[in-house]
Amino acid sequence: MYKYDEYDQRIVNERVAQFRDQTRRYLAGELGEDEFKPLRLQNGLYIQRYAPMLRVAVPYGLLGSAQIRKLAHIARTYDKGYAHVSTRQNFQFNWPELKNVPDILAELAEVEMHAIQTSGNCIRNVTTDQFAGIAPDETVDPRPLAEIIRQCSTFHPEFALLPRKFKIAVTGAREDRAVLQMHDVGLELFRNPAGELRIKVWVGGGLGRTPILGSVLHEELPWQHILTYIEAIVRVYNLHGRRDNSYKARIKILVKALGIEEFKRQVEAEWAFQKEGPNTVTQAELDRVARNFTAPDYAALADADAGFEAKLAEEKGFANWVKRNVHAHKQPGYRAVTLSLKVTGIAPGDITDRQLDIVADLADKYSFGELRTSHEQNIILSDVKLGDLYALWQEARAAGLATPNIGLITDIICCPGGSFCDLANAKSIPIAESIQRLFDDLDYQHDIGDIELNISGCMNSCGHHHVGHIGVLGVDKNESEWYQVSIGGKQGNDASLGDVIGPSFAADEVAGVVKRLIDVYLENRTPEERFIDTVRRIGHVPFKARVYADRQPGKQKVEA
Amino acid sequence: MSNLIKLQNGTATIVAEDAWQIVRVPVGEVEVKKQAGKVVLFKLTGAESATPEQVAATVVPAGKVLLPLSVFLARRAEFASRLAAGEVGVWLETHELVETLVAAQAELNVFPLIAVFIERFADGRAYSMASLLRSRYGFKGELRALGDVLRDQLFFMKRCGFDAFDIRADRSAEDALASLQDFSEPYQGATVIEQPLWRRHAR
Repeated sequence: MYKYDEYDQRIVNERVAQFRDQTRRYLAGELGEDEFKPLRLQNGLYIQRYAPMLRVAVPYGLLGSAQIRKLAHIARTYDKGYAHVSTRQNFQFNWPELKNVPDILAELAEVEMHAIQTSGNCIRNVTTDQFAGIAPDETVDPRPLAEIIRQCSTFHPEFALLPRKFKIAVTGAREDRAVLQMHDVGLELFRNPAGELRIKVWVGGGLGRTPILGSVLHEELPWQHILTYIEAIVRVYNLHGRRDNSYKARIKILVKALGIEEFKRQVEAEWAFQKEGPNTVTQAELDRVARNFTAPDYAALADADAGFEAKLAEEKGFANWVKRNVHAHKQPGYRAVTLSLKVTGIAPGDITDRQLDIVADLADKYSFGELRTSHEQNIILSDVKLGDLYALWQEARAAGLATPNIGLITDIICCPGGSFCDLANAKSIPIAESIQRLFDDLDYQHDIGDIELNISGCMNSCGHHHVGHIGVLGVDKNESEWYQVSIGGKQGNDASLGDVIGPSFAADEVAGVVKRLIDVYLENRTPEERFIDTVRRIGHVPFKARVYADRQPGKQKVEA
Repeated sequence: MSNLIKLQNGTATIVAEDAWQIVRVPVGEVEVKKQAGKVVLFKLTGAESATPEQVAATVVPAGKVLLPLSVFLARRAEFASRLAAGEVGVWLETHELVETLVAAQAELNVFPLIAVFIERFADGRAYSMASLLRSRYGFKGELRALGDVLRDQLFFMKRCGFDAFDIRADRSAEDALASLQDFSEPYQGATVIEQPLWRRHAR
């Protein structure tokens, strides 16, 4: 993984000193609330319902065990003993005190971490595929270019105060696991027939109040121009994006207003001036950064292990876990493993300090000390030997990290919602829990199979409800909490946005609504169909009809 | 007491005297616009700055004057000799386009001073405007930030090409000097420090 040199470390140290002084001035009354706000946001610090929330950057979701131990230490020392994996691969702390934040940042800097640009109207932390570098379907490892983008966007002077937030995702696999089309800029790395590295550039995607999937801006950008091309896009956006209405300030609104052709014309006109400028990436620089992402020292193994096969046949619990939580790897004899942070009764994505320490130990013992976070809010051990899977499973299970539910209905993507977030219209964590409880039976979950259920507590859509096969959105109706349900959303190469099925529901109805949707699926599916396939084949009507069959607003609720 | 910081040869100092007089159009009727229930704080790029009546009624004193772009564009014939004498600068608002100025006056170095008035510090358009003035249109004179100019944005402004900062009157310019040094080795190439870190140093 990327190792800081003296310059990386200096920048992060200088940031700690800068923010320490800004916090001091704010607490001393020298800096007004409005003036401090963008400064603290660009350091990941929100003022929440009960306490500030600090979002720590995990660049492209990659972490080392020393970093995880530091997060555990911070959770223990400055928070209430737990942390949260966000839907953009970052870590969040819900209870730090503002006066302690500079110290927390100083501790993070000791392990080459920071909270730079994890919020605010700037270029945010770059995200990628959680299986980057190890996925069998990968053609280009996205991490070196993601790191090059991270460096260029860190304190980019021209783009420090954009109209609104700006999110970039990068992937180099055939299957898009980074949801490129819901990002302001999505970069799809590939090799052309001549073997040259090229980038398909998507622009103008985003969820929020106006969900839009991105459009293709450039089919085949040579990689050397990655930074200057992004700079051209962001400059057009910085100058022409709407600042009069924060709901219309994302680049997607500008792209839609201009049309992709006119937007492209403006970007290309801008780019013509900077195309061969100093930020053009050289092969030497790409190679230098790429040396940080070389494969670990893999053993030469067969892609089979007799002990593993035996345990698989003996223990159904292990087999279930392997089926859901263990993933293909491009190195023979190795697998990637997802540690589930989706345990019924615990907020999706939450992990205790004790578990973090265990995760660090597991990474050291079984996975070269490296791990990743996913936008589905789980943790991945990237390089585990086939022969170690059984031992890992036992240790992970003892720590409550082996729920065999990855990609199943209880593996819910869920924002913190009204339980913590000041922006939320409604709580989302209790809704996730009610669904998890109703579908707690593991055989039932496995029978339902692959499904993505995403919950957001408000229109800001941190829970990505628009791209959930089933999406739940908290809305405020006459100051009480209601939930809109949509179906037909999907992430990936054939991404789509879900459609709302009808009038919203009370909190205690949502699990029952999901149950009815699942019933319709189970009755109509063909043997090979997932939930989303059935929705796409038979349409929304049968689902709506079942959900609302006997519902009478104010009289008859949907019952679980 | 002046609150104007100037960068000269890499050194920042607070200048005691400044001869430039900032000319403003007379205040017109201010229409409060709302979007999504909130008062609109930022004008859209390309929106009109002043009415022809306001421009015509603007009083321009003798001496060195910093004119609003709208006044310069509409009345530039009046100022031809003063422009030649180096007594005319222009200031732009963040919703105005640098291209509008360039279309009327391709050679920007006739102006000893160009300023960008930043009504609200969170308006990052000023950064792109400065970058364009310096790197695309080759402006070499003084580029001054006016308005809601606060120390925590100075480092970014400096790197985009501003070399004069009129710190908001209620803040200390003396304190603000420190923020110009927030970072010693930035990553990316930009208007000031053109080469990215990896081209400046062996990494």
